[in-house]
Amino acid sequence: MFIINCPFCGEREQSEFKAGGEAHIVRPKQPTELSDDQWADYLFMRKNIKGIQFERWVHAHGCRKWFNIVRDTSNDEIKAVYKMGEKPPTE
Amino acid sequence: MKNKYSIFSLIKNALSYHENWEKAWKDPEPKKEYDIVIVGGGGHGLATAYYLAKKHNMKNIAVVEKGWIGGGNTGRNTTIIRSNYLWDASAGLYDHALKIWEGLSQELNYNIMFSQRGVMNLAHNLQDVRDLKRRTHANRLNGIDAVYLNTEEVKRFCPIINTSSNIRYPVLGGTLQKRAGTARHDAVAWGYARGADEMGVDIIQNCEVKGIKRNADSVEGIETTKGFIKTNKIGVAAAGHSSVIANMAGLKLPLESKPLQALVSEPVKPIIDTVVMSNAVHAYVSQSDKGELVIGAGTDDYVSYSQKGSHDIIEGTLSAILELYPIFSRMRMLRQWGGIVDICPDASPIISKTSIKGLYFNCGWGTGGFKATPGSGDLFAHTIANDEPHKLNAAFNINRFISGDLVDEHGAAAVAH
Repeated sequence: MFIINCPFCGEREQSEFKAGGEAHIVRPKQPTELSDDQWADYLFMRKNIKGIQFERWVHAHGCRKWFNIVRDTSNDEIKAVYKMGEKPPTE
Repeated sequence: MKNKYSIFSLIKNALSYHENWEKAWKDPEPKKEYDIVIVGGGGHGLATAYYLAKKHNMKNIAVVEKGWIGGGNTGRNTTIIRSNYLWDASAGLYDHALKIWEGLSQELNYNIMFSQRGVMNLAHNLQDVRDLKRRTHANRLNGIDAVYLNTEEVKRFCPIINTSSNIRYPVLGGTLQKRAGTARHDAVAWGYARGADEMGVDIIQNCEVKGIKRNADSVEGIETTKGFIKTNKIGVAAAGHSSVIANMAGLKLPLESKPLQALVSEPVKPIIDTVVMSNAVHAYVSQSDKGELVIGAGTDDYVSYSQKGSHDIIEGTLSAILELYPIFSRMRMLRQWGGIVDICPDASPIISKTSIKGLYFNCGWGTGGFKATPGSGDLFAHTIANDEPHKLNAAFNINRFISGDLVDEHGAAAVAH
């Protein structure tokens, strides 16, 4: 349970949001040319990091917009919030 | 040879004020080299070491555990055991475990307090009714005991359930597996630890894995907080931390680790003598031998290793519990906690070799690994010893995410994952 600073609505409780998993997994441009291994990697395999993780969230019970956050998964502390399409922060 | 636990040993030790009990397991420092190292001293890891020594005559095995044995999810689950899964592969896997549970106290000479008090799964809408009837039929075709109950039969089996048709999610029926039940979770870890220790397994506590040393395609050993341990075979049974270990070996797994919460009430006199689970409203409850209500909640939807869940998850579970059991409205909750569960996309586990020779993973049990502990250990031991899966865990290999041959128990199992 934590507070998320929605880039569009401001600070709200986490229960208003829905987690969308690991961010920056790019959909393959040529899906027909992928091997089964590459498909599995895209569809199922996750880093599932303990520590600093980049992830997508949606403000499901608010503005319903998607955005990214950087969160320490070992203690749920949010390090940064940035909009879709923006460059992820480097530190 | 350890002294056998019996009524006579109890009396004998009572005479010396229980101060001279023999240690159930040693607390050794790691040797330089082992034939097999099991990472994770929970139920699954300890059972794996036990069966490696017992059934496959392996010597020179170590179990390394970052905390104390049974201190992770083994000590945090709600102790429910059942095998009423829909698909053939799952039914085979979980019923294999249930059959071992039935004789485990005798085999280990350790009272794991296995209690076949039955598990009832409730249906709250027409789709639930259809799903549960289908599952009952599938179970019976697989030789698993299951019966479908109508609302009156549910009420007769567990009289404190509110079966009024005027509640938000009325009880339309349910299934019952009578061979299912509960066991004492700590005792399972301790019993396996004692048994494994007796056969020469080194159980090394407070020893965290920091890295996996490998050459091009095989493993050479592990870096731990107690130094480097050389080994050619590593079996990982690290539950929520499986991905952390996999990342050390440069491997990605199809897992997400999420907090799963549970809570217990103050102890009261016997009021519920079975286990009741409800998929639709996600609430399940049983009563421990101490008298506490043991209540399981759901997972949060975000990745976290914090062992803390959100309050609203508990609130949702408790509101469902109160509607189904109005008698509990004045119960006070004593403790609440979270464990980190590793969930596969198809909500089925992985007991498998990997692309790295000598590295094996037993993970992805998600929200329901405790029930499988003996079977999981047995099959994982077989997989490690023979470098090939047993036929019961062949379907649970890691390559199913590449082939697409998934064992989808998400909607099919008796409770939401």
